[in-house]
Amino acid sequence: MSKPIVATTSLAGCFGCHMSLLDIDERILELIELVDFNKSPVDDIKEFTQMCDIGLIEGGCCNSENVHVLKEFRKNCRILVSLGECAIMGGLPALRNNIPVRECIEEAYLNGPTVSGSNPDKILPNDQELPIILDKVYPCHEIVKIDYYLPGCPPQADLIWNALVALVTGDEMKLPYEVVKFD
Amino acid sequence: MGVIRKLFGDQGRKTEKTPLQDDPERTASHSSTNIVNTMSEKVKFTIDGKACVADKGMNLVDAAKINGIYIPTLCHLEGVKPAGSCRICNVRINGRPMTACTTEVAEGMVIENNIPEIQEMRKIIIETLFVSGNHFCPACEKSGNCELQALAYRYQMMVPRFPYEFEEKQVDATSPKLYIDRNRCILCKRCVRSIKKADGKSIFAIKGRGHKAIIIIDHKLAEAMTDEEAQRAMDICPVGSILRKERGYITPIGKRKYDTTPIGSDIEQNVTK
Ligand code: SF4
Ligand code: SF4
Ligand code: FES
Repeated sequence: MSKPIVATTSLAGCFGCHMSLLDIDERILELIELVDFNKSPVDDIKEFTQMCDIGLIEGGCCNSENVHVLKEFRKNCRILVSLGECAIMGGLPALRNNIPVRECIEEAYLNGPTVSGSNPDKILPNDQELPIILDKVYPCHEIVKIDYYLPGCPPQADLIWNALVALVTGDEMKLPYEVVKFD
Repeated sequence: MGVIRKLFGDQGRKTEKTPLQDDPERTASHSSTNIVNTMSEKVKFTIDGKACVADKGMNLVDAAKINGIYIPTLCHLEGVKPAGSCRICNVRINGRPMTACTTEVAEGMVIENNIPEIQEMRKIIIETLFVSGNHFCPACEKSGNCELQALAYRYQMMVPRFPYEFEEKQVDATSPKLYIDRNRCILCKRCVRSIKKADGKSIFAIKGRGHKAIIIIDHKLAEAMTDEEAQRAMDICPVGSILRKERGYITPIGKRKYDTTPIGSDIEQNVTK
């Protein structure tokens, strides 16, 4: 029997959830026995090359590129998991959700203490290659169907491990109290 | 909150006044202890089939507590007249949904507490509170000590089933010792009902109605607060809406109140009677 295939991505996230995945320590050796990786920053495969079993999504959707990648994951993964607070509810990037986009951009490129004076021509990022910023940061499940949620900022390594093992073996997932936290 | 009103109806809203509750806001010091001392008539009742005994007239949350049963609360505060506003303490009494904090225990009551329907209703309330406020737990100083978050852990909320509202709310950091972050306020009014100056003046008040209601702080009175009073205000707020300034994340992760012990587990372990 071939191994289940896992894909992962970081949308509007900080890579902390991926770091937490690596935090399973020596169990990483068990993990590569259990599963194969496809599109993921872990192996640097950029495009899906086959249908995957599990897609782990870190980060919510803050721009058009995030939406595109998330929809690709939905198309190419049988099971999608929102990994961490940002994927689940927008997380810290969503702190901007009450602030108009223009105000955010102007703060970042014109008025903020680290930029003021260094952008005399008042140029805002306008290259056509750049993805378009969305009006707010969206939780992944408000864009596509998500099957499972693993909360935490980041989710604890044990939580990610337990979830992967449960998904791969089909056994019920262990959810000890200490392991499911929102911070 | 419309969903919830519909689910629970309005039963259990009113509370019978006990003779001790002459002050409309505050019962004479601690209601439960007083009631225990002055009315010794016992009543028998059951919670989820377990035989329980308590003093007649005791508030159902406290009566359950002394029998080692946890009924979750958010707006309720021991010693303060119950408001019955958050509905998290909903139980079924003789088949009817009622809020436990506004109900006095009576002989022969058949109470359902930990049944799937009630647990699901409580989870719905918790989820509603999460989407109607802006709860960024990783960036909240109350995280780990927050009753709302602890309830979400207890009821295993992995994600709210409702869409996030991301409504704009304000922070008021004018006072020297405290600030209010309304992004996290659940309008339980615990602060309004229980934090008073010696002359009975409230430091916190509610402004506006319904969806527009917000908690405001009397800056003059707040300025005169001692550090202890400020700490008490912070502790009374179940969430991270009233916070002391210059404290930050004072307790490390792992040592906070609900990091390893679920809310209510102290009650379930310590049967005081
Ligand atoms: S108040 Fe509680 S639930 Fe809200 S953000 Fe803070 S810790 Fe989380
Ligand atoms: S500030 Fe805190 S105590 Fe006061 S109503 Fe809001 S949540 Fe309740
Ligand atoms: S309604 Fe009973 S605790 Fe809030």
